[in-house]
Amino acid sequence: MAKYPTETLLSWSKAKEIRETYYKNYAAAHDKGGIRWVGGAWTFDAVPAGLGGDVYSLTSEPYGASCAFNKDFSTRAMEAAETAGYARDLCAYMRNYWGSILMNEYAFGGPFPKPDFIWQDHICCSHAKWYQVVSELEGGIPMFCVDVAVGPAEPFGTLTEAKIDYVAGQILDGIEWLEKTTGRTYDDELFIEACWNDFRSTSKWAQVCELNKAVPAPLDEKTMYSLYVLATLQKSWGVVADYYDELYDEVKDRVERGIAAVPNEQARVMSDTQPPWSALKLFRYLEQYGVVSVGSLYTFGLEGMWDFDPASGDLVPRPMPSKKPTTREEAARELVRWHLHKPEYQHFYDCDYKSQMMIAMCKNYGLSGVMLHYNRGCEGLSLGIAENRLAIQETGYPVMTFEGNMGDEREFDLGRTMQRVDAFMETLGVKKVAA
Amino acid sequence: MIEMFEEWYKSRHEYAKEWKDKTGGKVMGFFCTYVPEEILLAANVLPVRILGSHEPQNVTEPHIFGMYCPFCRDCLAQGLLGRYDYLDGMMIAQSCLHIRQAFTSWKKHMPPEFTYYLPMPHQVQSPRSIPFLRSELETFKTAVEQWVGKEITDADLDRGIELMNASRQAMRDLYDTRKTANPPMTGLEAMYAAVSNQWIDKAEHTAVVRDVIQKELPGRNLGLEGKTRLMILGSEDDDTAFVNMVEGCGSVIVTDDHCTGSRYFWNQVEPEEDRLLAIAKRYITRPACPTKDWPQRTRLDHVRMLAKQWDVAGAIIIQQKFCDPHELDIPEQRKSLDGIGVPTLFLELDVTVPVGQFKIRVEAFLEMLAEDDLF
Repeated sequence: MAKYPTETLLSWSKAKEIRETYYKNYAAAHDKGGIRWVGGAWTFDAVPAGLGGDVYSLTSEPYGASCAFNKDFSTRAMEAAETAGYARDLCAYMRNYWGSILMNEYAFGGPFPKPDFIWQDHICCSHAKWYQVVSELEGGIPMFCVDVAVGPAEPFGTLTEAKIDYVAGQILDGIEWLEKTTGRTYDDELFIEACWNDFRSTSKWAQVCELNKAVPAPLDEKTMYSLYVLATLQKSWGVVADYYDELYDEVKDRVERGIAAVPNEQARVMSDTQPPWSALKLFRYLEQYGVVSVGSLYTFGLEGMWDFDPASGDLVPRPMPSKKPTTREEAARELVRWHLHKPEYQHFYDCDYKSQMMIAMCKNYGLSGVMLHYNRGCEGLSLGIAENRLAIQETGYPVMTFEGNMGDEREFDLGRTMQRVDAFMETLGVKKVAA
Repeated sequence: MIEMFEEWYKSRHEYAKEWKDKTGGKVMGFFCTYVPEEILLAANVLPVRILGSHEPQNVTEPHIFGMYCPFCRDCLAQGLLGRYDYLDGMMIAQSCLHIRQAFTSWKKHMPPEFTYYLPMPHQVQSPRSIPFLRSELETFKTAVEQWVGKEITDADLDRGIELMNASRQAMRDLYDTRKTANPPMTGLEAMYAAVSNQWIDKAEHTAVVRDVIQKELPGRNLGLEGKTRLMILGSEDDDTAFVNMVEGCGSVIVTDDHCTGSRYFWNQVEPEEDRLLAIAKRYITRPACPTKDWPQRTRLDHVRMLAKQWDVAGAIIIQQKFCDPHELDIPEQRKSLDGIGVPTLFLELDVTVPVGQFKIRVEAFLEMLAEDDLF
């Protein structure tokens, strides 16, 4: 008999519907006279929202992950990118994306929908360059890119006004560029509303994740991947913000009723970086041991907004701004101030910052160990991962590493990884349990 | 005289230690050529670029993931092996992720008394980057003042700017001598001169460069006329064994686009009342590292200009294995050079190079270039 009760997540199908609608909206945007734009999952998607309600985006990383899930499509896309001269060790999402353009195939069916403009941000070496190539491959799509790499935010550094000025200034320049590029008049009210939705989505997602402190954990990481993704698609979309409100209520209810994601939960781990998307069964394999992966700094903080408090040694969901911005300038500055606190930005400046946050998660989420994915597909999120391993081990938490690739399944060996899991479980003193 | 560059290249650590003993000054190791050395010179600090030693090593594996470039691993190895144990400070100006990993790991495990991370902006094509960098330079200047215990005055900054500008002009003049049909120096000698410039006292280095230009190079005939003229470009490259091999195959390297070469000294600080603003403008407008070359690809024009002015017949594009920023530029760079009739050879470098294998490829490339003359 299972140790805890479990239930299907009621809002699961709604999350799937939102995702499907998002991709269809992008593909069909031109049919309705709308605009299509592309950019990364971290881009300030609230900004193009000011161009009108018929402006649809395609964010690149979740698209690349969707490709990876389809092994045949992904392999052909990779090979197309390699044939065009791009190195095999570049970002795997990027190669899936470029391959889609080169093959003229949309992973969700039909030809690859050409964007009207590119709206990107840049902190990883590949971000701006990714779209520089997209622009070239698509025959010269107009591109605007905001540099956000101004150094760490509190408590690791100080966000000076000069730093805010730099990033917000680029956004304000970008708004003028959007008007010129599209010929549309920019609506500040729509922008402000989109900013507010962004704050709601990213704050609420952090609150959802925090509920996983409960034993048993109400969510497992494999499920969370399908939920956090909505914020990577369009965090400023009201539909996404509303969904996270609903999800929070449901997960909170699961905690109150002791509903488990893994009914035989007997140990808890966390992972790091993007998983090998073509082999998520790895997480189901953990469940045979009664082990739940409660998340990671990646699933929690890629889009979720948190404050790290060194005094208490905990990550706390960042509270919403006290009031809604009232002007374009105010909204731009608030948006910048908000996003520069993103947990997953901080490790770009020092591996220690990430180690501190990961160790905080180990302590506050009752973890027995950590599984680190040495991800050959993403140099950005792999930055410092070897030092994270050393730091976590020093605090006494066992760490398992496995090498792979989030988006290029040619570089991931599931069988060997499962063997490593077996050995890791032995280290943790965990034996397989009946389902 | 010209041998001095090679001697400096080979005795970098001894030089820095002697400099410390002689001057009592502080030595700052730096990881990227976006570091504003003017401010360090203004504080009488010796900036020393940290480079690798091109030797196999076994100390970085626990610290850097295997898909990071060999250059950053080689640099970190130098720190972990204690070869830069004389450093008083260490800093980086924000550029690529890989060298940043070397900096942060070094800082964590072998911290000198002062470390600094300068968030050099990436969007150098935005006018917003200049006031932002100026602000960061102000913060950096204050940090250096506190470290050395001395105020940096405008006069100090002027001295730092003058030293850097004089060095840059001297190196430009040295490179200009290679435009002639019979270059008076080899690519290897130029590499020794350019790379050693990144750790030798600027006044001392400039004096030797000037002497070489005025007294040694005029009339110097190395028999290089008629050799195939090449340029090298791409990732960090201070691999003298590689350059020696390439030139040994019947070519002469006449120019480059490397951060260890011409990108380091290409443009000057244009003096203005606000010294920090002037310095910021120089670093924002210098020939870009690929990490900062977006949304427009300014490197393509710059490299084509070098190829034309130095009249090269071919280009060897060098990429440190796993160097994403250059990997993202190379396909366009090859097309661009092909477009002006400059064929390219692409080679991927590691800490050590397989000289024998590369030699075959270089010889084949040179043969291919020579075919134009045959037919």
